[in-house]
Amino acid sequence: MRALPELLIKGARVIDPFRGVDEKLDVLVSRGRISKLGRRIAAEGREVIEAAGMVLSPGFLDLHVHLREPGREDAESLESGLSAALRGGFTAVCCMPNTQPPLDNAPLVEALHHKARGLRLADLFPVGCISRGRQGRELAEMALMHFSDAAVRAFSDDGDGVTDSGLMRRAMEYATAFGGVIVSHPEDPYLSAHGQVNEGSVSQRLGLRGITPLAEEVMVARDLLLAEATDCRLHLAHVSTERSVRMIREAKERGVPVSAEATPHHLLLSEEDIESYDTAYKVNPPLRSLHDLEALREGLRDGTIDAIATDHAPHTLEEKEREFDYAPFGVVGMESAFPVLYSGLVVQGHLSLERLLELLTSGPARVLGLEAPAYGEGIVEGARADLVLLQLDKEWVLDAFSFASKGRNCPFHGRSVRGGIFCTIKNGAVFHGPLREKGG
Amino acid sequence: MVERRHLLDVDHLNRADIESLLDTALSFSEVLKRPIKKVPSLRGKTVVNLFYEPSTRTRMSFEVAAKRLSADVLNFSVSASSVEKGESFKDTALTLEAMGIDAVVVRHPVAGAPWLLSRWLKACVINAGDGMHAHPTQALLDLFVLRERLGELEGKTIAFVGDVLHSRVARSGMKACSSVGMKVILVAPPTLLPLKLPHVDIYHDFDRALPLCDVLYMLRIQKERQEEGRFPSLEEYTRLYQLNMQRLRWAKSGVVVMHPGPMNRGVEISSEVAEAPHAAMTAQVSAGVAVRMAVLFSLLGGAEGSESIA
Repeated sequence: MRALPELLIKGARVIDPFRGVDEKLDVLVSRGRISKLGRRIAAEGREVIEAAGMVLSPGFLDLHVHLREPGREDAESLESGLSAALRGGFTAVCCMPNTQPPLDNAPLVEALHHKARGLRLADLFPVGCISRGRQGRELAEMALMHFSDAAVRAFSDDGDGVTDSGLMRRAMEYATAFGGVIVSHPEDPYLSAHGQVNEGSVSQRLGLRGITPLAEEVMVARDLLLAEATDCRLHLAHVSTERSVRMIREAKERGVPVSAEATPHHLLLSEEDIESYDTAYKVNPPLRSLHDLEALREGLRDGTIDAIATDHAPHTLEEKEREFDYAPFGVVGMESAFPVLYSGLVVQGHLSLERLLELLTSGPARVLGLEAPAYGEGIVEGARADLVLLQLDKEWVLDAFSFASKGRNCPFHGRSVRGGIFCTIKNGAVFHGPLREKGG
Repeated sequence: MVERRHLLDVDHLNRADIESLLDTALSFSEVLKRPIKKVPSLRGKTVVNLFYEPSTRTRMSFEVAAKRLSADVLNFSVSASSVEKGESFKDTALTLEAMGIDAVVVRHPVAGAPWLLSRWLKACVINAGDGMHAHPTQALLDLFVLRERLGELEGKTIAFVGDVLHSRVARSGMKACSSVGMKVILVAPPTLLPLKLPHVDIYHDFDRALPLCDVLYMLRIQKERQEEGRFPSLEEYTRLYQLNMQRLRWAKSGVVVMHPGPMNRGVEISSEVAEAPHAAMTAQVSAGVAVRMAVLFSLLGGAEGSESIA
């Protein structure tokens, strides 16, 4: 990390989804802010990044990461997780509250918020629990978390679905008082019980217990009904099935205040990729069928899905390197997200680069109702310099063992990809991405 | 599973592989009828029975098979309760490797555990049953018995009856039977069946399936399935799916009745049927030793580095 007084980014294609800008511009960064935009800005002895052929975007926002602090700092910490964010192009992330202890009270989210600020890495927006102790029985003090320094705006018992429909209804009603967003982890544990992989050809072949798509869909349907009735902002996390996408699309058409995210692994991998018992592919919700994957991609294109979120879930090697049923669910994603999405969706012609960048910036910002100055000032004079510079023509191999994250559980490890993060600029400071580390 | 050093499932055994293994087993079954039931084929080799699930029958069968071949045998049983706090599976595997053992026979409650071992070890790995996944030596010994009883198997029909969904015996058995040209049907309530499979007919009504079958393969029903809500009571299950003398009358006259053991007499099978001449359960046990000898011999015997079975 180097704090630079002045930095000139020359010749990049600037794509700003917040303002609909897409043109080749020089960008001058001074004292942490964008001080000047122009077709040609003279270097005048300033530090220059020659960015011809690269794309400059606002820094990404990840709605869904697990940073494991407090409690499991051996698997990830604020410092390693927020460094991983920057290395992956994310200048802001929302951390899920299924820590030990869970983030279910104002003092804890405030402490996390202040610690993250002190690290001067990516911005942290903690998500608070819906229920006290994440036990699914009584409401957590959502409003106190909202009005704390951490300004929590989203609430979730992520990791577990809220099975008590009465509690979910009350949570939604209550959250409307202060504009809270309820983030649903849609999973009915009675339907998913003991499942390891998607119920289908692969569970059959490998003799692993299946997780039926219904486990997700039943709860998506319920939560859409509750959101419609309470008029609460509902966000559906890690949507993975075709029927979920269809129900969300229909609900949006009816005007239900709902948004949804999909993960890179559900967009790019299917159960067909699970050839053997490699626990790197063990994730919840499970990798689904190719049919589901296609439906998710259609959801990205038609706006049913608002954001791509990684569900970054680091685990230690020893936790993952064991019998399939005993290994925990989850994959890391922040440092692989952009390269795998760009290679798998944009290069392959399934999605435009412009839409991909929306799904990583303005899309997630709208989900949370985040506005400047918290996030999303865009690339404009006076805005905070939270930017990511993308090098798109470079072919390289993803190496999980070079990640800043402590997690190595990446199903894309060893894959050849095209394009990646050259560097991320946060408050004007430059953090090298994997492509700049490799010497451009 | 493609490696030729291991026997993880029957998938990668073609008909010729299976038949050659059964032929080898046949010659070992003759050894077992001699007064001195021992050959020196695997002298100096060490086989470990690594069992993470209690199974006296299968472990003893492998132990006898290895001893008849003059291999040294170690039994290592790990109770399920000590798995969580005890040594990791990987460390146990590496420990065995460091002791220079030649083959690991593994039984494990989690599907894929033998596959993991095969990734970590240079030794041969033989799957003695993993989770709901596979039990290849059981499938081979069942074919051995069927060949003895029925002769040509092509075109014959076998019904797996009962908890097919959770049965590694049925899963490997279906594959093995199909690959030797048998027709497979499944008989069970919908809650105990896997997803629809090509070339497999499904019957919920046992009585309709009965007259079609040359082989009735009765699967063990576990009480916990009732607790999971997959059927309302053992009594109801018994009424609908028990093989008893009354049902046996509707079957073909030469029908072969099989069961992987241990049987729940009075539940999936009545005591009379279990002891009727149709029943092949003791033949299954005897065949188990000969077939496991054939598997061990094929993997461990012969010249160094030669290809053997899948």
